[in-house]
Amino acid sequence: MQENCLLKMRHINKLFPGVKALSDVDFTLRKGEIHALMGENGAGKSTLIKILTGVYQSDGGEITVEGEKVNIHSPQDAQNNGISTVYQEITLCPNLTVAENMFIGREEGILVRHKYFEKRADKILGELGIPARSTQQLGSCSLAVQQMVAIARAVDMKCKVLILDEPTSSLDDKEVNMLFDLMRDLKSQGVGIIFVTHFLEQVYEVCDRITVLRNGELVGEYLIEDLPQVELVAKMIGKDLDELSSFGEVEEKHFDEKDIFYEAKSLSSSDALPFDFTIHKGEVNGFTGLLGSGRSESVRAIFGADKVNGGNVTIKGENVKITKPIYAMKHGIGYLAEDRKRDGIIAELSVRENIILALQVMKGFFKPISRSEAEAFADEYIKVLNIKTASRETPIGSLSGGNQQKVILARWLLTHPDYLILDEPTRGIDVGTKLEIQKLVLKLAEDGVSVTFISSEVEEMLRTCSRLIVMRDRHIVGELTGSDLNQAQVMKTIAGGEAGNEE
Amino acid sequence: MKSKFKKIFKGGLGQLTIPIIAICLLVIFNLIRDPSFFSIAIQHNNDGNIVLAGNLISIINGASELAVLAMGMTLVTAACGGQDISVGAMAAIAGSAFVKVLKSASVINAPIVILGFLMACLVAMIFASFNGTLVAVFKIQPMIATLILYTCGRSIAYWINGGATPTVSSPIITGIGSFIPGIPVPTPVLIVIAVAIIFKLVFHFTSLELFTQSVGINGSAARLNGINSTFIKLLSFIILGLCVAVAGTIGVSRLGLINHETLLLDVEMDTILAVAIGGNSLGGGKFKISGSIIGAYVIQMLTITLYAMKVSSTDVKAYKAVVIILLVVIGSPVIKAKFQKLMTNLKNRKPKVSVKGAD
Amino acid sequence: MMKKKFGSLVLVGSVMMSLLFSACTSGGGTTNAGSTSGGSDNSGSTATVAEAPSSGTIKVGVVNNPPSESGYREANVKDMESVFSAANGYELKTAYSLKNDEQLQAAQGFITEGVDYLLISAAETTGWDEVLKKAQEAGIKVYLFDRMIDVDESLYEAAVVSDMSAEGDTAVQWLLDQDLPEYNVIHIQGAMGSDAQIGRTGALDAQFASGKMNKVVQQTATWDEAEAKKIVESVINSGDSFNVIYAENDGMAKGAVAALDEAGITHGVDGDVIVMGFDCNKWALRELLAGKWNYDGQCSPFQAQIISDIIQGKRTVTEKKIINEEKGFDAKSLTQSDIDTYGLGE
Repeated sequence: MQENCLLKMRHINKLFPGVKALSDVDFTLRKGEIHALMGENGAGKSTLIKILTGVYQSDGGEITVEGEKVNIHSPQDAQNNGISTVYQEITLCPNLTVAENMFIGREEGILVRHKYFEKRADKILGELGIPARSTQQLGSCSLAVQQMVAIARAVDMKCKVLILDEPTSSLDDKEVNMLFDLMRDLKSQGVGIIFVTHFLEQVYEVCDRITVLRNGELVGEYLIEDLPQVELVAKMIGKDLDELSSFGEVEEKHFDEKDIFYEAKSLSSSDALPFDFTIHKGEVNGFTGLLGSGRSESVRAIFGADKVNGGNVTIKGENVKITKPIYAMKHGIGYLAEDRKRDGIIAELSVRENIILALQVMKGFFKPISRSEAEAFADEYIKVLNIKTASRETPIGSLSGGNQQKVILARWLLTHPDYLILDEPTRGIDVGTKLEIQKLVLKLAEDGVSVTFISSEVEEMLRTCSRLIVMRDRHIVGELTGSDLNQAQVMKTIAGGEAGNEE
Repeated sequence: MKSKFKKIFKGGLGQLTIPIIAICLLVIFNLIRDPSFFSIAIQHNNDGNIVLAGNLISIINGASELAVLAMGMTLVTAACGGQDISVGAMAAIAGSAFVKVLKSASVINAPIVILGFLMACLVAMIFASFNGTLVAVFKIQPMIATLILYTCGRSIAYWINGGATPTVSSPIITGIGSFIPGIPVPTPVLIVIAVAIIFKLVFHFTSLELFTQSVGINGSAARLNGINSTFIKLLSFIILGLCVAVAGTIGVSRLGLINHETLLLDVEMDTILAVAIGGNSLGGGKFKISGSIIGAYVIQMLTITLYAMKVSSTDVKAYKAVVIILLVVIGSPVIKAKFQKLMTNLKNRKPKVSVKGAD
Repeated sequence: MMKKKFGSLVLVGSVMMSLLFSACTSGGGTTNAGSTSGGSDNSGSTATVAEAPSSGTIKVGVVNNPPSESGYREANVKDMESVFSAANGYELKTAYSLKNDEQLQAAQGFITEGVDYLLISAAETTGWDEVLKKAQEAGIKVYLFDRMIDVDESLYEAAVVSDMSAEGDTAVQWLLDQDLPEYNVIHIQGAMGSDAQIGRTGALDAQFASGKMNKVVQQTATWDEAEAKKIVESVINSGDSFNVIYAENDGMAKGAVAALDEAGITHGVDGDVIVMGFDCNKWALRELLAGKWNYDGQCSPFQAQIISDIIQGKRTVTEKKIINEEKGFDAKSLTQSDIDTYGLGE
């Protein structure tokens, strides 16, 4: 077993101003294994990965690769030691071509041999079944394909240790399976893979071993067969799972015609084909469909986020025109965007400023929220949503993904919306926070708020939505309610009715 | 004292660390070189007023136009992630408009001066809107967009002046440019204070700061939160325009004439520098107006220090460049990171015992 | 005398200039056509026109710098216009440009049009041989004013110019007459190499060399007020003492005074620092009258009358270079009527 060791991290410590991110953490990766690194937001997974990849410097501890002590001071050092990473957020350059992205920073020699690179890139892309051409601009690919290109880049670098940090969060099932095949393939070649994800099922599908972190400390390392899923969750959140089970079936609700809050008839935007849509007061519905099916584009059209081309919209029976986000906001609509980093957070501003932003915009330019008011709001929501932050003045960019998401949620909750659109609010977020958000959605509905919920996890949507709108190829292809709300039926509708893939 | 010191290095001052250190270094340097540098004399000037004089007064007085412009430039930088390089040319236009109004009146009295100033503001706002529209609506990079006015601005001022360098002499103009009888502090200094207060009030009574920062940091997110980023960018340019009008008026009043060729010549570069020294990212986003003001005084203090070292006014630029290179390099992320590391290492060396105890 | 160059007015400035210029010449052209149809006998070839000044008016073509160049030029142009007026029996054609080649073209145009006299204040001293020879061939008499040109004397009738070194001598003599216990002089120079700078610097340099006066600083501000102010500021901040500011034009003196005012240093008749300027702008003379400055040296833009006198035979040319007589004004003896008579601009 000892000689089988690929990577050893011992007594790793890391301090941030005001926070101890890691304390005395050990981690071991063996040759030819897929090792899940699990933990809630702020557990220290990302920090540990960043120390391993040279983004951060540890404040103590040692790292050995194949028995030799190494010092990793930069991502270059990490690469030289055979450690490659695919990050949670895509860190490639969208304005370069796929091939350039795969070979940037590691051209052999001075000349950039475009033709050769393109050929090689196409070969790898073909092998992995990635639907992209080497000469295509990366930015023109979907998020999922961009992610896969990043993986292809790492794969091509002949790495010994491959770190996949939330690689599947923007992939659909088919793409995920493709990735898993690739991971198993690499594993058989002796590569050690560190897999960070929030999808528990995926862990059990592909991993051999699990290391669990909590609050910057090591909880333990387990073989996959020794740790049932429920226990894993318990270890991650450090408490019993009553809460998990407390989610029952969504009770069926009936809404009257007069309860309609928002209604759109053949609404279309620059990105969305015409569609009809209705939501009632206190209703939770959801858009589902594969990536690119048009679910995000549709809700963006509702919010006026893209250029609205046509359609009739009524709110509480009154005709309205929503061509800009501010009009939607004035009509009581809030929208939590899919891409948190690009469309959600104002990274360098404090948690406080991020929380009050939408409310401030609604109040208007000349009616600033006073500092003390803002502080009160921030404190309130930090407490209510259990946001983990050093203080309300901490820049939101330094928070973990889940806590960033909570801040954005707080931002919209503070506007006391009548209708809240949540596009992938749980993406890249740990189990505990996911549950909190789901509960929050249900509670909002109870209070009479309409919610449209979008998630890649059908499971999650079934738990919260009383009506699911299914999209395929930018069209609405079905609406499921009541007894139809089950995984099988959803899959069937998404797939196109014929030959539903029953589980 | 020690803990305070530590706090500064731990980021207690944050953005203001560099400009404040720069000022401190200049002060210490001058104290060692010649303590009398800081002496302030009380004198009677030509008009029989009691006035304060000395190098310190020269510094805070001389930096006035720069400080006013730097405040406006900070906003544009924050909102648009770029700089307006036409402020000097625009000041020449505003100054010309100011003088044009004064010259058209038979007697220069207070209402005429106010009218002239308002005209300067109006003209500056129009040209600033032109810049702002190019940037905010047509999404042209600020430096390119303002290059247009940078190139032709002084020619426009030339037209306004009919090519001459008209002079105005009036006690009111002298009052604006140097001293108001009975007040020993140079008027431009008072104007800077007034402008700074106005900025403070604007930030207090509007959401300008929050919106500008949001637009500058993440335009896409700002838009989805209902912020009209076009308006914010345009507004930043218009506010800069008003600052330009103020600076132009000060500049004209100092000399009592408008020379469109040389009024505030090359001031745009110093202005951008002041913003940068102030610790503001030239790529936009988070900003601190106070940093830029200090930045302006750093630049002027450097100039006066060099004067005091008997460097001639033409040679000053070269010496200034050397010091500024140092400042900018010290403020660079690379050096900052190295410095921070050094500080943490020093810090960790001592309290090791307590860490053990805590474990 | 060039007060300032606007060469850097690129783009729109130059476009405007050329528009202005072409407007002038085309205007001249139409006047000419008008006079032709008026029935006079100058319907022959253009070259012979000038030799037949049969019609009563004398045609004068003036190639000058634009009035916008400076207060000096403004006065100069006005003077030309008033002396060579229709009332005085002249027909005046003018062309203004800061660019030598445009001036050459304009002169060429005047020759073609057939003027009787060509008056030139050139932007540059070189490149005029060809044109002046043509003028001579066409029998057109050439007078230079304000500025000399680098050509053989035979190519022009006379040159009416200022003597810049005489201006300097007058000023320095005045300064010596003040009989100060010591002279610590800040010397602010004009654009280096210009006639005015060389002339006005020479006399003072001699004093520095003899040790009669101390040079605190000698630096060019290239006719710029703001730069002059900076120079004086730098001296003030350096702690050096001085009691004379010798600025080679009014604008720079004004800049210097602004620096003194900011530092609370008195100047003028009862002040600590003597302030000297050149050009005799009206506004500058008013400063003198108010006692804030001490001395202003004249640089006369009034050459038209002298040239007119020669043309009309009232004055004979003994030497081709005619020096325009210029004075220096002392704040103590200046009167309002001096300002009205000699002041430039408004």
